[in-house]
Amino acid sequence: MNWGSAGDFLAMGGHGLYVWGSYAVSAAAVLVEVLGLRARLRRAAAQPGGQP
Amino acid sequence: MASSDSGNHAPGAPRRAAAGPLWLRYAAPVAFAPLARRMTPWFFAAAAVLAVAGLYIGFFVAPTDAQQGEVYRVIFIHVPAAWMSMFIYLVMAFWAAVGLAFNTRLSAMMASALAPTGAMFTFLALWTGALWGKPTWGTWWVWDARLTSELILLFLYVGFIALQAAIDDPRRADRAGAVLAIVGVVNVPIIYFSVRWWNTLHQGASVSLTAAPKMAATMLTGMLVMTLACWMYAIGAALWRVRAIIAEREGDAAVEEQSGTERGGRTT
Amino acid sequence: MWRALKGIFARDLALAWRQRADVLSSLVFFVMVVSLFPLGLGPEPATLRAIAPGVLWVAALLSSTLALGRLFAGDHADGTLEQMLLAPQPLAFLVLSKIAAHWVAAGLPLTAMAPLLGLQFDMAPADIAVLTATLALGTPALSLIGAIGAALTVGLRGAAVLVPLLVLPLAIPVLIFGAGAVDAAEAGRGAGAHLSLLGGLLAFALAGAPLACAAALRISLD
Repeated sequence: MNWGSAGDFLAMGGHGLYVWGSYAVSAAAVLVEVLGLRARLRRAAAQPGGQP
Repeated sequence: MASSDSGNHAPGAPRRAAAGPLWLRYAAPVAFAPLARRMTPWFFAAAAVLAVAGLYIGFFVAPTDAQQGEVYRVIFIHVPAAWMSMFIYLVMAFWAAVGLAFNTRLSAMMASALAPTGAMFTFLALWTGALWGKPTWGTWWVWDARLTSELILLFLYVGFIALQAAIDDPRRADRAGAVLAIVGVVNVPIIYFSVRWWNTLHQGASVSLTAAPKMAATMLTGMLVMTLACWMYAIGAALWRVRAIIAEREGDAAVEEQSGTERGGRTT
Repeated sequence: MWRALKGIFARDLALAWRQRADVLSSLVFFVMVVSLFPLGLGPEPATLRAIAPGVLWVAALLSSTLALGRLFAGDHADGTLEQMLLAPQPLAFLVLSKIAAHWVAAGLPLTAMAPLLGLQFDMAPADIAVLTATLALGTPALSLIGAIGAALTVGLRGAAVLVPLLVLPLAIPVLIFGAGAVDAAEAGRGAGAHLSLLGGLLAFALAGAPLACAAALRISLD
């Protein structure tokens, strides 16, 4: 185990902002894509018929 | 291949999936949609499990790096994102080329479905690279060959997406995008080597990124597990998007009717 | 076939001559962009000498990208392009002769104008010669690469914005070796390696671009 406490874990040896900034934006990007996909599929399903 | 898939589908008159080998049967977009629908959750589940495992290894098992300290833990997302950005472009160009050569609409749709996910990974590779670079080299950005190539890769993705978005006729969009993707893939090595050459001429500003210290085995494991997670996610997202594309083009009615009894409860 | 190619070449040049205001405006654009840099960065001769290769090359790249809109638009509007698709001669060769005519009307004037602009930037005569040589080798490659983008966007509404988006990333190697050659000459390292790489790019574009263009035109007009 690397971390003595939750605070240690969040601090990341003083570089918490960089590490968590990376992971937060990655999670946000995935979330945006997934939500966008869901909306797109709903929209496609709602339209009466596609183009031939 | 072309015979089972060519021609236009009239809405409301879906064609039965042609009898024949299994893989051929699913080459028709309308037949593929329900299959994609059933596979998507599995890929997303695999991605979630692998991501949890990879992050656990990355944050709790892998030791602190002797030189970089804790900040190196960005690589567990940075390196997989960078790998995926390049790999997805290759896969996209492959499907585009197959679509162009054999006139299969599903392959072309697959190429369009991969592009936004590839662009997202490219953006993530650049973003996490900047956040890693600042504490490690003291700068958000260097005009290093790898970073610059990654930026150009993002431009290539954007060009592909913009071209397809600008064309109203889906058939033309598929095929024009395919030509662009193939031209791009031929150019990628040229771009990479020219940027590297350019970089060695302007040594002043550059930082050597190639002298990577030997990595602990657990670090490598964490990175590989995260790469697998990204891979599963990319497949899941592409399958999901390809379903949306099929529904948009063929009409959702066609998809529903074709899937008929195969379909279970509503997912998503 | 040779006659058909010569016919297209001569016809396109005649058309370009009739619409010489277009040719002139992309040349003026080139001169203007280049002239803006000293105004933005200050008139220090040493600075100007250092930035000259990059500035001239980027301006040439932008100017030749802007000119691409003319390449197929007119022929698409009056139906000539569709006739070319049906012609017995291979489309790639017909496209090549169109690109050649386009280069004579767009790239060659840039190349001819560059030495004057080099003097504005206080470049040495030998370096100006290298600059002109790189443009003479590089602008045809730019026309060839750009033609793919122009062919893919024929008849689209947003073509004017789309073409630079598609073409500029693909043109980066030409920019790197073109500007790099002049840079190397200024630094006294000799431009030979860069020039041969630029020649290699041109040869590669010459072999590949007309085929890609022909495929793109068939798709666009399908």
